[in-house]
Amino acid sequence: MSLSFQDLILTLHRYWGEQGCVILQPYDMEMGAGTFHPATVLRALGPDAWKAAYVQPCRRPTDGRYGENPNRLGHYYQYQVVLKPSPENLQDLYLGSLIEIGIDPLKHDIRFVEDDWESPTLGAWGLGWEVWCDGMEVTQFTYFQQVGGFECRPVTGELTYGLERLAMYIQGVDNVFDLRFNNEGVTYGDVFLEKEVEMSTYNFEVADTDTLFDLFRKSAAECERCLEARLPIPAYEQAIKASHVFNTLQARGVISVAERQAYIGRVRDLAKAACGAWIDVKGYAA
Amino acid sequence: MADFLLELMSEEIPARMQARARNDLARLFAERMEAAGLATGAIDTHSTPRRLVLIAREVADATEAAREEIKGPRSSAPPQALDGFLRKTGLGRDQLEDRDGVLFAVLERPGRSASEVIADTVKSIIADFPWPKSMRWGPNSSRTTSLRWVRPLHSIVAILGEEIVPIEIDGIRSGATTVGHRFHHPGAITIGGVHDYVQKLRACHVIVDQDERERLIRECAQKAAAEAGLTLLDDEGLVVENAGLTAWPVPLLGRFDPEFLDVPREVIVLTMRTNQKYFACVDENADLAPAFVCVANVSASDGGAAIVEGNRRVLAARLADARFFWEQDLKVPLENQAKKLDGIVFHEKLGTVADKVERIAKLARWLVESGVIKADADQVERAAHLAKADLVTGMVGEFPELQGVIGGYLAEAQGESKAIAAAIRDHYKPAGQGDEVPTAAATIAVSLADKVDSICAFFGVDQKPTGSKDPFALRRAAISSIELIIRNGLRLSLTEAVRGALAIRAGQTKESDSTHRLDRTAPEVLEFFADRLKVQQRDAGVRHDLIDAVFSLGGEDDLVRLLARVNALQQFVETEDGADLLTAYKRAANILKKEKWEGTRATGAGELAPQEKALVDALEAAEPMASDAIESENFTGAMAALASLRGPIDDFFDHVTVNDPDPPKRERRLNLLMRFRDAVNRVADFSKIEG
Repeated sequence: MSLSFQDLILTLHRYWGEQGCVILQPYDMEMGAGTFHPATVLRALGPDAWKAAYVQPCRRPTDGRYGENPNRLGHYYQYQVVLKPSPENLQDLYLGSLIEIGIDPLKHDIRFVEDDWESPTLGAWGLGWEVWCDGMEVTQFTYFQQVGGFECRPVTGELTYGLERLAMYIQGVDNVFDLRFNNEGVTYGDVFLEKEVEMSTYNFEVADTDTLFDLFRKSAAECERCLEARLPIPAYEQAIKASHVFNTLQARGVISVAERQAYIGRVRDLAKAACGAWIDVKGYAA
Repeated sequence: MADFLLELMSEEIPARMQARARNDLARLFAERMEAAGLATGAIDTHSTPRRLVLIAREVADATEAAREEIKGPRSSAPPQALDGFLRKTGLGRDQLEDRDGVLFAVLERPGRSASEVIADTVKSIIADFPWPKSMRWGPNSSRTTSLRWVRPLHSIVAILGEEIVPIEIDGIRSGATTVGHRFHHPGAITIGGVHDYVQKLRACHVIVDQDERERLIRECAQKAAAEAGLTLLDDEGLVVENAGLTAWPVPLLGRFDPEFLDVPREVIVLTMRTNQKYFACVDENADLAPAFVCVANVSASDGGAAIVEGNRRVLAARLADARFFWEQDLKVPLENQAKKLDGIVFHEKLGTVADKVERIAKLARWLVESGVIKADADQVERAAHLAKADLVTGMVGEFPELQGVIGGYLAEAQGESKAIAAAIRDHYKPAGQGDEVPTAAATIAVSLADKVDSICAFFGVDQKPTGSKDPFALRRAAISSIELIIRNGLRLSLTEAVRGALAIRAGQTKESDSTHRLDRTAPEVLEFFADRLKVQQRDAGVRHDLIDAVFSLGGEDDLVRLLARVNALQQFVETEDGADLLTAYKRAANILKKEKWEGTRATGAGELAPQEKALVDALEAAEPMASDAIESENFTGAMAALASLRGPIDDFFDHVTVNDPDPPKRERRLNLLMRFRDAVNRVADFSKIEG
């Protein structure tokens, strides 16, 4: 039998643990992508070697579909691996993980298709691919070139697996809520359907926008206070918080196209400043 | 002489960059070998997703030894001059030769071995290869000087004849080993040289030559479709892209649920092409078939069944998304969608898309009511009102390139007439020169109104194209308008149309100075059209001097008439009569210019020479004939009238002395020449014609 959702995670944990990665637990804050985790963003800066793998819940309020779409979710999981410096055999290590979770590369069509990655809110970019398995994007594969506006020296290799998609593929399931979560009859829908419905309702209809605007301002101000106190990690957390509040405001449809850029720029400035402070505090600056 | 093989193995190179990289590699290698003086035969380059390959035939063994003599200062020259010369030549004083008091440096440059030259050349090419985007990677990226490549570079094979050319760059050493297909043949392969490279890789499931892979994809994809009783929709762009994504291409046919065929065909084809890189197929009626051809990069152990099934599911999810949007869009009448256009800013100075739609509708209606286009005015106005409504649909949100197409489908599904649906669908056409030009009356009206409005509106707020900047594609809009007018033979005064469009726009803004603005903007727009017409006609092969010859008559703003005149003129000047008349015209004009002749009233003093009389008679006949012909737009007739002057003017020049010693005769004859010149000029300004 193919891997259940939880066994998929456990298999990846074991595999990347064996490759020398620190297996971390999800960061305890709302964020839009596994990349935002300080174990990726902050650790990608400076000269120190670093290897980590973790699952990160991702919240994307605008992608919520009240649990009615078989492929789209407002809350889902990414499996994130970062290796610094990027090893020579990173592609082979990655392909090894696919074999480990049951994808035979002589039976399936694995392809590296150009996809340059950029995160305007993190001031980060890299080059790489989206990895296709039989035409489906299963992983984002990136060599970071810049993070927080700073050159990566050395470069971190980042792998981001879309866990639900990968599991749907492995299990041959067309609806995410039908995924086998474990092998005891519990489905993904049993665990998360109600949450998808309620969170969609909250994000699109209920969330109080005045409160959110206020939260955004307060997170930004708090971030700046932390920067003054030379505390890059708390400062970065406030930047993440501001980013998520902004995402929710977007879902509420109260941010115009013109304002959108300004908000993204504000978050980027906070994230960059936190990254700069981290470099400073760690003594990485040249 | 020996053949040289270079293989640069990296992680997957973006498909779209491979063709340019092959060209750059061949060009740089040839340039630098030539600069180094090492002769080579043919240079070929190839690419696979993971490698760039160069094969140079018949490379010379070494560069020629060279001897160079440089003359220096006199031996008595001051030390500064000597020092400068020594620095320049890199020699010491005792190495110079003194020849009769003048110092000479004799530089011996020994020939360099091919291996040495190639090593330097390859190293320099790798170090500054012009990738559109390059990156750093691995432990070396700690250093600021680390190598950059499009993706991590892993190995270099460099073999001249049978010998490895030693190259080392950023820790990568050249050798003779490479790898085959990532999955079919993961181990190392040792290459002997050019002679066995391609065959050895083929044995390891890598087809080195992209052209061969393209051919294979084309043929096998067609075959896969044919075996299913279908026809592949050719798409050369997809062939090239798939050849750049595969080292061992295996086209496979899969099917999707026919229920998805409710979704507009363009949406399905576009989803398959852009998101999945699949080919589409049609059945014997040329209708879209529920099938796709994907190109795998592996000869799968199960014959491709799992790959096809996987791709089918991915496509199903994408088509389900597309169908969701389509079904949502179908539920909302276009008329309701059109109301939302007032929420979309067209341009900060030009209001919303709804404002633009209102202008298009008015202008399109005017085009019909003024008799330019024969169509039902109400129908045209409705088509214009709905033309942009699809911009707010989910479908166009997902696939912006399908604007118009989606609106056309929705209009038809919602019971609009075929003419209205076609006008909505095609009103963006022609998208520049060479694109299909609509011929349906309602479509022409909406399309032309849309484009003329854009030009006039942007000119009205001083957003004109300048130099290479044309952010609103107004030049293309003008060319498209011209094509619409000419191809459909639309008889309109461009001045009236432009003033009409500007007035409609002024009516929206209710500005007090709008009349003033209109008077200022209209001539600018007309001049812009005239410039574009020249460009458009030049591209269509019409002589620009002939266009100038007709243009400079002024006052012509009916493009169809203008071009008919240009065409008649072109035919005429290419005949013997025409060429000869042009010569006579130039002779007359030159004489008049030389004499600075402004003309007098004298015409008939004294007795006329017979040739003079004949020319006067010919002009008496030709002048009304030409002007009548022009009046009735019979431009060939006008040219014939001019042709009738050829004999008389030639005779005149052959037998009559213009600068007669007798002043009245001279005056009379100059006036006659001027009459001749002016008669010709009324048909076209012959002074602008070259030849």
